[in-house]
Amino acid sequence: MFDPTLAMIRFGTGLSPRFARPVGIDSILFDLGEDDEMAAQFPITGFVDTKPSHAALAWVNRAAKDAVDTPDEPAAMQARNLLRGEVRVIRQQHHLATVARAVEAPMGLRERLVAFWADHFTVIRRPFETAHLVTSFVEDAIRPHVTGSFAQMLRAVVTHPMMLIYLEGFRSVGPGSEVGQRRNFGLNENLARELLELHLLGVDGSYSQTDVRELAELLTGLSYSERRGFFYDARRAEPGQETVLGLRFGADPTLETVLAAMDELAALPQTAAHLAHKMAVHFVSETPDPAMVAAMATAFGAGGDLMAMTAAMLRHDGAWVPERTKVRTPQQFITAGCRALGITGEAVTSIDRGGYNRLLGRPLQIMGQPWESPGGPDGWPEDAESWIIPQAMAGRITWAMQAPRYMLADLPDPRDFVDAALGSLATEDVIFAAGAAENKAEGVGVILASAAFQRR
Amino acid sequence: MDRRSFLLRSAALGCSAAASPLLTPVAFAEAPGESRLVVIILRGAMDGIDALRPLGDPAYAALRPQLNDGKHTDLDGFWGLHPALKPLLSMWQNGEVGAVHATSTPYRDKRSHFDGQDILEAGVLQPGGGATGWLNRLLTTMPGAAAETAYAIGREQMSILSGPAAASRWSPDANLRLSGQAQRLLEIVYHDDPLFRDAASQAIEIAALVKEAEETDLETPDTMAMMEAVQSDGVHVNVAEFAAARLRGATRIASFSLGGWDTHQNQHFVLTRVLGRLADTILTLRAQLGPVWDKTAVLCLTEFGRTAFENGTRGTDHGTGGAMLYAGGAMRGGAVRGAWPGLAEAQLYDRRDVMPTSDVRSLAGWVIRGMFGTSASEIENTVFPGLDLGENPGLLL
Repeated sequence: MFDPTLAMIRFGTGLSPRFARPVGIDSILFDLGEDDEMAAQFPITGFVDTKPSHAALAWVNRAAKDAVDTPDEPAAMQARNLLRGEVRVIRQQHHLATVARAVEAPMGLRERLVAFWADHFTVIRRPFETAHLVTSFVEDAIRPHVTGSFAQMLRAVVTHPMMLIYLEGFRSVGPGSEVGQRRNFGLNENLARELLELHLLGVDGSYSQTDVRELAELLTGLSYSERRGFFYDARRAEPGQETVLGLRFGADPTLETVLAAMDELAALPQTAAHLAHKMAVHFVSETPDPAMVAAMATAFGAGGDLMAMTAAMLRHDGAWVPERTKVRTPQQFITAGCRALGITGEAVTSIDRGGYNRLLGRPLQIMGQPWESPGGPDGWPEDAESWIIPQAMAGRITWAMQAPRYMLADLPDPRDFVDAALGSLATEDVIFAAGAAENKAEGVGVILASAAFQRR
Repeated sequence: MDRRSFLLRSAALGCSAAASPLLTPVAFAEAPGESRLVVIILRGAMDGIDALRPLGDPAYAALRPQLNDGKHTDLDGFWGLHPALKPLLSMWQNGEVGAVHATSTPYRDKRSHFDGQDILEAGVLQPGGGATGWLNRLLTTMPGAAAETAYAIGREQMSILSGPAAASRWSPDANLRLSGQAQRLLEIVYHDDPLFRDAASQAIEIAALVKEAEETDLETPDTMAMMEAVQSDGVHVNVAEFAAARLRGATRIASFSLGGWDTHQNQHFVLTRVLGRLADTILTLRAQLGPVWDKTAVLCLTEFGRTAFENGTRGTDHGTGGAMLYAGGAMRGGAVRGAWPGLAEAQLYDRRDVMPTSDVRSLAGWVIRGMFGTSASEIENTVFPGLDLGENPGLLL
């Protein structure tokens, strides 16, 4: 059954004394259908508008490499180092804006959905050249679609420079294409494989090496250049009809053919089943109620209606099981800690470099979730056992004990803070420990470090 | 694990610090034997053909026009060592480093990193949910094994060590300082949640051990001279140092990952960097293990090999048969072992990959058998269920 406290903790970014809890599922869904106020309040620039651009960085990087052992070397290195500093600043600003949105959103469901789908379509930066642009990818390709259509999100993802760079789609050349015939370039299967394995069917899906290859051939025209950005390059596109999972796609290699293929793949029942299960596992439990998953897949439908899938989850009793078997990821933990402490989004965005390293950068590494750096295209792990391991616990406990007093001159009374942080989910052991602490910092720290606070 | 878990009574709050098990010095269990096993998982699929180049294979040069850059070290007229592994050359010549080529797990065809790694770490073809790791199952066969007998090291999850037997995990960059009171309050708030309770109690305990180890770093003249050969620094060196410190003590098995092997493009550049890190990892282990090196086996395992031919982006794609590098004073190195299937098109797997001629689990199985005295039936039924151990490849001295 719906519970306002559980709603904030399981589906939102955590309790906060600054925000009221939702009164019901309808009000949650109504708010989710409203304008995206957080995006307006804490802007994050897209790929095209972010400076320094990928083109500028790639150019400077090449110039620095070419200048090695020449008289130009010191100047070229200096130019690169200058930009390296700018990239670091933008990357940090983007991270802080992401946290600020989650801290300032009344409930934070949209922020959770953005994080979930961004993880689903994980891209990983290149050192230097795109280190500040992963957040931009999420802003461009993920965020606008989390309450819209999965097919649209998929179209946006496969045509985004960051995905094409990360999974090397932009380098893939059809062997029978004009460029492939003329030059020593060939097919790269990486993007096609991950689309089938991770983004659409799941690794248990029934697809073959032939499907991977045919899809790779279908995608060959998707291209990117620093000068032009994304474009469809017919000269690299493999000619001829491709058959993927028994679906035949047009013999004419055009962008429209690729995008129409994305729509058809998004509409497969296997895709709906995989995504519904994955979303249920992410939000609710490693072993979600199969009836809830089925309802979510049905709501997803042939059009990939993500609002309907989210609504189907929230409206199902399976979403409200009282057992909290999931744990907050490190990023969610820090965000929820800030919310419980009443930190404002504004305060988050004004954190300086030292504070950033101390409150976010280094702690996230120790806790096992360095910002935007999962191990591979499958993103971050879901199960609690992957997160709650000794060194990560050392990081969580250390953050809980030290970060609050770094952020706030005046810490709350731990006995009141229990309610701010946990509400009706406060357990007797935590209430007792809060009252028994020797000082406020340890009391607040023990509450934040508690299993009751870390689970959702 | 009981001995190590948090106090089962919150009444400890009022007691003296000495009453808390978290503050009690760890009593090391009698370690099972003196042999040490280090398993390094090379995540991303190492290109065995480039690490150890089959120069004598008539098909090699045509398949690898760019990667065959002539900068290898000729080992025996047939095999060439990648230039980035040159720091290991003298160990190779001393028989302390070697390799088995054309080996793989039983995983075939889908060539997914994640499945490949799951199978490599689970040691069975169909791990499924809740699978345990083969090093963990090995622990269950070792009498006297305790949590500190085996260590998973680094930030990466090591499912090779997950399972019913107690094992330790730590990342050398974690740090934890708590007042006695805070520690006791934490015991209370984790008491009812075993996952948090175990992780936190281990964190506190290991942090204390690390502090102790820092004070007793191995800094003999020999060690320091050997460490000078280490050219890079970074997490991999810290991890190797931490592993060595544990293995000098009660730990007998250590496992960690080295990532970055997925060389779809510009392989020359990427592989040079990661092979350099691997070489430095092995050099660090040798230096820091001191006299224990002679009892040590280091196995470098990867989820699968890569395509026999270069792709269109100066790299290689996911393949099947690969190479296992190994090192250690207990090993018989100095050679590339394994039956080499050849690279002619008809000799390849699926006409694209190196045909595996051995099961990498069998190689590991024989090493385990020699080091820990594990019986063949335990290996074939418990450590690697369903494996046919086959002939002894003779990797151990």
